[in-house]
Amino acid sequence: MAEFSEKYIVTDEIKADEYLVNIGPQHPSTHGVLRLLTRLEGEIVHNVEPHIGYIHSGIEKMTEALSYPQIVHLTDRMDYLSAHMNNEAVCLCVENALQVEVPERVKYIRTIFDELQRLASHQLWWCASGMDLGALTAFFYGLRDREDILDIFEETCGARLTLNYSVPGGVMFDIHPNFQKSVKAFITKFRKKLPEYDKLLTDNIIFQNRTKGVGVLSKEDAIAFGVTGPTGRASGFSCDVRKHHPYSAYPYIKFDEKMGTDGDSFMRWKVRMDEMWESMNIIEQLIDNIPEGDFAVKMKGVIKLPEGEFYQRVESARGEFGVYIVSDGKKNPYRVKFRSPGFSNLFTINHIAKGWKIADLVAIMATFDLVIPDIDR
Amino acid sequence: MAFEKYDFTPITQSIHQALIENVSPLLTTIIEWTIIGVLYLLFIAVFGLFLVYAERKVCAAFQQRLGPMRVGPWGLLQTIADFIKLLMKELITPKSVDKFLYNLAPFIVIIVPFLTISVIPFAPGLQSLDFDIGIFFVTAVSSVGVIGVLLAGWASNNKYSLIGGMRSGAQIVSYELSVGMSLITMVILAGTMQVSEIVELQRGGWFLFKGHIPALIAFTVFVIAGTAETNRGPFDLAEAESELTAGFHTEYSGIKFAFFFLAEYINLFIVAAMATIVFLGGWMPFHFGDWAAFNNVMDFIPGLVWFFLKVFGIIFLIMWFKWTFPRLRIDQILTLEWKYLLPINLFNILLMATMVLLGWHW
Repeated sequence: MAEFSEKYIVTDEIKADEYLVNIGPQHPSTHGVLRLLTRLEGEIVHNVEPHIGYIHSGIEKMTEALSYPQIVHLTDRMDYLSAHMNNEAVCLCVENALQVEVPERVKYIRTIFDELQRLASHQLWWCASGMDLGALTAFFYGLRDREDILDIFEETCGARLTLNYSVPGGVMFDIHPNFQKSVKAFITKFRKKLPEYDKLLTDNIIFQNRTKGVGVLSKEDAIAFGVTGPTGRASGFSCDVRKHHPYSAYPYIKFDEKMGTDGDSFMRWKVRMDEMWESMNIIEQLIDNIPEGDFAVKMKGVIKLPEGEFYQRVESARGEFGVYIVSDGKKNPYRVKFRSPGFSNLFTINHIAKGWKIADLVAIMATFDLVIPDIDR
Repeated sequence: MAFEKYDFTPITQSIHQALIENVSPLLTTIIEWTIIGVLYLLFIAVFGLFLVYAERKVCAAFQQRLGPMRVGPWGLLQTIADFIKLLMKELITPKSVDKFLYNLAPFIVIIVPFLTISVIPFAPGLQSLDFDIGIFFVTAVSSVGVIGVLLAGWASNNKYSLIGGMRSGAQIVSYELSVGMSLITMVILAGTMQVSEIVELQRGGWFLFKGHIPALIAFTVFVIAGTAETNRGPFDLAEAESELTAGFHTEYSGIKFAFFFLAEYINLFIVAAMATIVFLGGWMPFHFGDWAAFNNVMDFIPGLVWFFLKVFGIIFLIMWFKWTFPRLRIDQILTLEWKYLLPINLFNILLMATMVLLGWHW
């Protein structure tokens, strides 16, 4: 186990033995255009200053000129790995504002898609984390199985990454006739594969030495920084939106909120790996019970929200994703604010990476599962 | 024995005879040196390219891919095409580098495999430099490479390169010890440092079997330390791409980059060859006790084939490490060496010495 050096205190000026390194905006381990201005002494990180905005696309501002169904299409460009959750958040917010009750079938389909999306996202996350830690082979295994999920998406809605499947009032098309069959086939297959990956990385002694005890985020800090999702739960902060504020079909099913205790990199890894098992349990509970009925309710041609403020949160693969809409009764929102999980999670990095080595900074970033467009929006 | 007929000594002797009868002794020496030099140059270039191809195919097999398939049959010409590309690339020298050291570094790195390869016996009679401190020569010369890596890291004037260079320095200097000591363990068993004699002594059985427990420990340590010394995964910290982009050779392009690349692969070959010579009997065929028929069949396989079979076995093992394990952190690498491998090694030397003294080996 590595030791954390307490003696490194933050000051703003660069001391004699220190030097600055720009990790990013183009760097293999930032997985996007994130710049970490890092102050190092030798290998030891003294200060990390995240600089964001390199891929800022002004989605919040753009939404002010768009109608509500159009906003949905923009949201999957933010956290492209949990595209469906983002779509769903806007749809739920609009539906709640208009007090539209969507058919049960829609709720089931959306929840199954949520969990499939979570599986796909966690797949990409674990394999990319493996790559960050130097296990390149893991990357290909992860992508290989993610492909099966993307094929299921493609079968039903034609898209693989940015799904755009949810629309206010329901989903865009009904599920493909093969949908249930291919989801079940995938889960049977994936239940066999996942233990293999645990053997490849989780049980590996090098991997455990690299992650155990590294970058500890305490429960108090997690709450103070607003850290949510698997990262927050690894610190023991019960923050699963699916449990605490259930939406769609989550009230109907039984599932565990996977919690960790240590808040170190290994715990963040473990929580996400356990979540994949839980996602499969959720899908199995739902897949055979999709009720018959319409896949969408008829909405008005022009959706106008009543005057007021509306907020809806969902659990994306990275944490709590919130949509806050201020409406002045027109067909465009007055102001939209997205609460993205990555933004809050990223800014704990200086707090927890200080005193660790540069290689640990990479490990910490990997287990935070950052998606840069989600941070920059 | 049957494999004696594959001895290369008559061929080399006849060339030497023919030269000495026709030209002056000085010219003979010069011509012989030139031939040997050209042969080594060819071998290093071709074998380096082949190893790159092998690595890509092995890695592809582990990752459920096909690897290079387009250039030539099964992509066999891919690395040659890559090499041509590297030759034709512009040699970029960044503005703020220390020009002399920056240009010197790749040559120091590439010199090492040329020196070490000279003592390696590929087959009976196929060895250019056979002197009584062969093993010592290899350990001494292979340390030179780290200077090139450090220079490259320092002269590039790039912080990533510097970190990579320093990491590499700390790592190679540490693991030299383990490599050297595991070789010393076997030298105690052999009683000689002359490479050809070490191979000859294994006629009755490979040292790995002759020296049983201590030899097995030494072999394990040697393979681990050898992997670390060649800067390969899981010890590829010097060029840890997810942390340092490309480490010490970040700023190099074209043929200078190719030098680093080639040196890495030839060093891999040398580590595998040393393991083969010291532990697995060099070009000696595999014999099993009194099975005369089996042993005779084994003898029909030429020594050159045996040597390369064993070398490829070890190279495959080292590639397997790289494509399975995550990377260690710098302090963990040093901990592994100084707290585990080195004490084990010291104890192992003692064990081997005791064993040799009491005659417990086979």
